[in-house]
Amino acid sequence: MTLKIASGDETSVMSLNSVSVSFPSGDGMDEVVHSISFSIGVGERVGLVGESGSGKSLTARAMMHLVPKPGAVTGGAIEISGSAISQTDSKLKWRGSEVAIITQDPLSSLNPLVKVGIQISEMLIQHKGMSKSEANVESEKLLRSVGFPDPVRTMKQYPNSLSGGMRQRVALAIAISCRPKLLIADEPTTSLDVTIQSQVLDLLEKMSTENRMAVLLISHDLAVVSNFCERVIVMYDGRIVESGTIVEIINRPKHPYTQALIASVPNLFDTQRTRLETIPGSPPTSGKIQEGCSFAPRCIRGTAICINETPVLVSNQDLQSQVSCHHPIEWGQE
Amino acid sequence: MTTTEKLLVSVNDLCVHFRGNPKNFKAQIIKAVDGVSFEISRGETLGIAGESGSGKSTLARTLIGINKPTSGSIKILGEEVSKYSNASLRPIRKKIQMVFQDPYDSLDPRFTVAQSIAEGLQIRNVPKSEISSEVMKLLSVVKLSNSLATRFPSQLSGGQRQRVAIARSLATKPDLIICDEAVAALDVSVRAQILNLLQDIQEQTGVSYLFISHDLSTLRYISKNVAIMYGGRIVEFGNSDAVLTNPQHPYTRALINSVPTLSGVREHRNRIIGEPPDPANLPTGCSFSPRCNESISQCSVQTPKLLQISPLCKVACHVRFPHAENEASEGGKNYV
Repeated sequence: MTLKIASGDETSVMSLNSVSVSFPSGDGMDEVVHSISFSIGVGERVGLVGESGSGKSLTARAMMHLVPKPGAVTGGAIEISGSAISQTDSKLKWRGSEVAIITQDPLSSLNPLVKVGIQISEMLIQHKGMSKSEANVESEKLLRSVGFPDPVRTMKQYPNSLSGGMRQRVALAIAISCRPKLLIADEPTTSLDVTIQSQVLDLLEKMSTENRMAVLLISHDLAVVSNFCERVIVMYDGRIVESGTIVEIINRPKHPYTQALIASVPNLFDTQRTRLETIPGSPPTSGKIQEGCSFAPRCIRGTAICINETPVLVSNQDLQSQVSCHHPIEWGQE
Repeated sequence: MTTTEKLLVSVNDLCVHFRGNPKNFKAQIIKAVDGVSFEISRGETLGIAGESGSGKSTLARTLIGINKPTSGSIKILGEEVSKYSNASLRPIRKKIQMVFQDPYDSLDPRFTVAQSIAEGLQIRNVPKSEISSEVMKLLSVVKLSNSLATRFPSQLSGGQRQRVAIARSLATKPDLIICDEAVAALDVSVRAQILNLLQDIQEQTGVSYLFISHDLSTLRYISKNVAIMYGGRIVEFGNSDAVLTNPQHPYTRALINSVPTLSGVREHRNRIIGEPPDPANLPTGCSFSPRCNESISQCSVQTPKLLQISPLCKVACHVRFPHAENEASEGGKNYV
């Protein structure tokens, strides 16, 4: 399966081709991410949405060559700016300078025993070969750009004396220090208050526009993604079920799962308080590959073919969207 | 039904203060909840929203007697309980149950589902012979299959565990269930199921909810009234439709502007600046004033009172309602 979405730009910063991730189990390997293919264009903002266990974070880890052991990437290829990266590459020079990641909880990704300033300049010294004093000046600039009014003071502080929002800003400053072409943001605002969340998202947007940096925003919250991204990929049980532009997906979802996901979010500005639509059952947890669509047991449109045959991800004519469903919702006819 | 019977919980000028260091009497005082008043009637849902550190969880814990109030009164079914000892609180606690954010922490990992639910039934003095049939009845109320009764919490999914926690809270036939971020940890698709379930239960049993959430959309969906908390105080209170569609307090407005919606467009409405205040070191006057773009000199000096500004809404703000204060203080009981 070598489907790719043509993005607005000719070049892609990162592309995944049939990437699978597996974990060992009693009898062999359990595949948890099944042949994922997508690419991200230069400066493009892409959202990756899914519930817990859908494999969205593992996909991000695979992209960063960070799949936790004993898991491993068991198939497919990942390309950065057109050149393939080997999963056994010992140098990994691209990590941090080409592709950077920020995680949900910056308290666990920042070193608690090292001052903030040192953690930022470390990157610059390592990747850009700056001298200590150059790196200090640059760190100051970076901290100011992520919204610290007094960067000199912040550089002398330890992560524990910063609030959650401030820690996420520091993590962002570190991530963008080497001007990566792609930033993977794995649930960057989930643990933050809603007011701080909007501040961090504003900042991410500013950084992305100013530096022409592509962002892959991973989130369980479709609303957050819809406010930030141009394109969205929806995952379910380790597979891409649908992808397309955000306007398409929100207004005309083709996969029943996407539609149900949208309908189950309460809307703050809804004038009529209607009963929430629900998806029966809960997301699958086992890693066993089964024939058929894994959403079929919860799907209202499911038929016999859904249980017997795994649907293939099919692109539509203009290559802007993909859906993997035997009975996609036809919007033209309804 | 008279008005007193309809009134389930009445909280008046409740303060919960903690000493920063329990051993040091000179340590700074943390005003987690500071002068909060509200009422909950039977069969009604009050939503409480606020950022972390705004005192919403402390308020819930004080209501159920986990924390002791520093001052103020809590009346439950007309009975003043704020000064009760733990022992005398017992009969009251049957009437108020709590559902926590993470059911994995709140359910005993070594109790089966049936045992967990049966505990509440024993407290209600249900005869032994009827316990197992009652457990099955409660499981069907929360729409869980009977076969799950012998499972342990670790064998259940997050949504199933939260259903067990709800069944357990229903076992004592409570009048009020406090849901502290009860759906925050659940997946979106499961969250909608639990919200619908809570509404069904309310229709069947007439139980009231105190629903705490940082998610305004959830509150709009489930609650009749909503209280917006900031820095340990209620800054806006009223009918949830009125408050959330026509917010009066600058904080409520900013909060609503921050909520991402499924619109597909990113709107840059006026954003809130800065971070929530440190409860140990609250700003003087209105604690929102340092982040407020409308603040006037009075805001940093005097704490605004929560005033009734319309039949549906109460607001605590100097800028929005500078005159209301004078009228209200003449009128006496117009405000709480």
